[in-house]
Amino acid sequence: MSIDTPQVRTRRGSELFLLACGLGIGAMAYAIIGFALDDSIPAEFFTFIATMSVLGLLLHAVIRKAAPFADPLIMPIAFALNNVGLAMIFRISRAMDSDLATKQLGWTAVSIVACAVVVFFVKDHRILRRYTYVTMLSALVLAMLPLVPFLGREINGAQIWIHIGPFSLQPAEFSKILLAVFFAGYLVENRDRLALAGPKIAGIQLPRMRDFGPIILVWVTSIVILVMQRDLGTSLLIFGLFVAMLYIATERISWIVIGFLMFSVGVVAALSQFTHVQSRFDAWLHALDNEVFNAEFGGSGQLVRGMYGMASGGLFGTGLGEGRPTIVPFSYSDFIFASLGEELGLTGIFAILLLYVLFVQRGFRVALGTRDGFGKLLASGLAFVIAWQMFVVIGGVTRVIPLTGLTTPFMAYGGSSLLANWVIVAILLRISDNARRPSPLPLRGATGSEDDGTRRRSAVINDANVQAVDPHDQPEQNTEHFQWMNQLDNAGTQVIQRRDVISAQEAPATTDAQPVAPGGESGRPTTAPTPHAAPSFPSARSAQSQGSPRTSPDLPAVPQPEQDHTPPRYSRREDSE
Amino acid sequence: MTLLRLGFLVLLWAFVYFVIRVLRSDLYGTRITAAPAPVPAVSAPATPTPSRKAAAGPTRLVVTAGPLTGTTIPLGSSAILIGRSPSCTLVLEDDYSSSRHARVFPQSDAWFVEDLGSTNGTFLGKDKVTEPTPLPLGAPVRVGQSTIELQR
Repeated sequence: MSIDTPQVRTRRGSELFLLACGLGIGAMAYAIIGFALDDSIPAEFFTFIATMSVLGLLLHAVIRKAAPFADPLIMPIAFALNNVGLAMIFRISRAMDSDLATKQLGWTAVSIVACAVVVFFVKDHRILRRYTYVTMLSALVLAMLPLVPFLGREINGAQIWIHIGPFSLQPAEFSKILLAVFFAGYLVENRDRLALAGPKIAGIQLPRMRDFGPIILVWVTSIVILVMQRDLGTSLLIFGLFVAMLYIATERISWIVIGFLMFSVGVVAALSQFTHVQSRFDAWLHALDNEVFNAEFGGSGQLVRGMYGMASGGLFGTGLGEGRPTIVPFSYSDFIFASLGEELGLTGIFAILLLYVLFVQRGFRVALGTRDGFGKLLASGLAFVIAWQMFVVIGGVTRVIPLTGLTTPFMAYGGSSLLANWVIVAILLRISDNARRPSPLPLRGATGSEDDGTRRRSAVINDANVQAVDPHDQPEQNTEHFQWMNQLDNAGTQVIQRRDVISAQEAPATTDAQPVAPGGESGRPTTAPTPHAAPSFPSARSAQSQGSPRTSPDLPAVPQPEQDHTPPRYSRREDSE
Repeated sequence: MTLLRLGFLVLLWAFVYFVIRVLRSDLYGTRITAAPAPVPAVSAPATPTPSRKAAAGPTRLVVTAGPLTGTTIPLGSSAILIGRSPSCTLVLEDDYSSSRHARVFPQSDAWFVEDLGSTNGTFLGKDKVTEPTPLPLGAPVRVGQSTIELQR
């Protein structure tokens, strides 16, 4: 109640300025391409400026209205990248005499509007948590969809497309968002069990066997995708996302080691069993061999041509419209990075890469600034998935890892990819708005019932019989603890808020009614061992499960029921256990 | 044409530069512009001060520096626990503080500060707090990256 809310700069002005810069980048690219190809400003230049400025301003206005405290950088970076991609696709479609650029502009419009809609209608990202297991199901179904006989379609050697009427979709793009939601929801509930239970071998905390269930499920899914859809990319994407989020949630290196080993085993097994996986690896390892280069199917022709394209770009590139990116098949989608490398050179490609890095950095910054565990995990998962996808794509194009069928986020041609990535932008904007919005109340417990802390502490002590000193020695017991704290976290995101408002508003009355602090603190000598005896949690862990609720300013003042104070909070929860 | 070509690269890098400028000010914390001089709490009708407290005693604990600058907690008759654990009274989001870092508690009409075995220590002014120490009005106590003090 008595917080002096610090002034938070919304920085919407910076956002608008950067938006204009991003538009300028796209416009300049269009103009240069026009001059290079037919010495005049192309007609598409004006359509581009008109469409993108309307879309940019629309999204900006929606953010101002619905998420005024959102991060000012996420949206302009995505916008600028999208514009660069559009210009490149325009340039390639001119060379190929196709209508890809118009289509892509349409997809951009759809995606940005979708982003605006999500920002406007999803008022709180924690709503997504309600659908934890629904999202898991739909994500797995989506990821498997290309295997359905009449729906799936094999393009470019990988069966990752579905075909509905005139549209083809790459459902893995959507399943990555859904999976991030699921992982965040699942891990926020279970991370303490995954982090603390289990034996410790050679300094590495190993999880218990029964906690392996979900990771095995995801592993099987990714291997099935690898084998059946012949797509290392989606497989890597899904599995990498899960392992990364496990690591973020638990801070246990062991999960990364385990995940890496499991995936290697799967890949090696698939390599020895399936020829199409082998041919992918052949094209990677022996790309410059004559017979591999010239192989009719699954050869390395595309990869090597892309590499030569980038090499011909050199340090400063051939200039937009001056190179010959169309020599590479799929230069507008899978290989747009090679096309950009050819025409913008190393200098341009580094600027673009740096923009991706900054985007990912903003995503992790959002995760750091958010107070609820679910939001933290979701934001870091989404940021990671973009970074990971960039690694998989660019690693494939530059022959660091085997080539995959993933698209470069925001730039490559393709509606599903664009739409999915703009939805990621929307979710990050929403989380960052919630994170930076000044809260009308200080953190939980900071007002009103000051004795809460002590009461809870004594409860913990009774509960745990004051044994847990080193949490690693007594995993079971501590797990209970963390579950208890997690419940606080869980409830904190939904239930406690209201109680806090209540206790905040009722605080004076309470103190009056109970002059002796109910925690018994006053009756105890101050040197009482309470705080010391309270089990010392590993601090990192407790910081994670710390989900101080944010209270929305417009929560109504609910008249306080009497029992709100008499059975103290903890006892209720423990009863329900 | 070469000029245009290089100009485009310059524009790309200019964009990166602008982005980093915005980010820089975010990193160094201009995000919170006016570190507000703590205004007296407007909200509570002045009842909560327990009668046994002298009128001259401190009535609230204020965070004067750190991410939570401006947060105030009314002082009652019980201890205030400071740390990162969600069960603390003042929950810090600060990598430099421990989960249960310090405690500010009243005893015989005076307030004391006590370090709870924190990793980075609690400092009263420049001195490390090693035992329960009387906490005078307005003396800065540093906990991790935050500074708190008692105010009237």
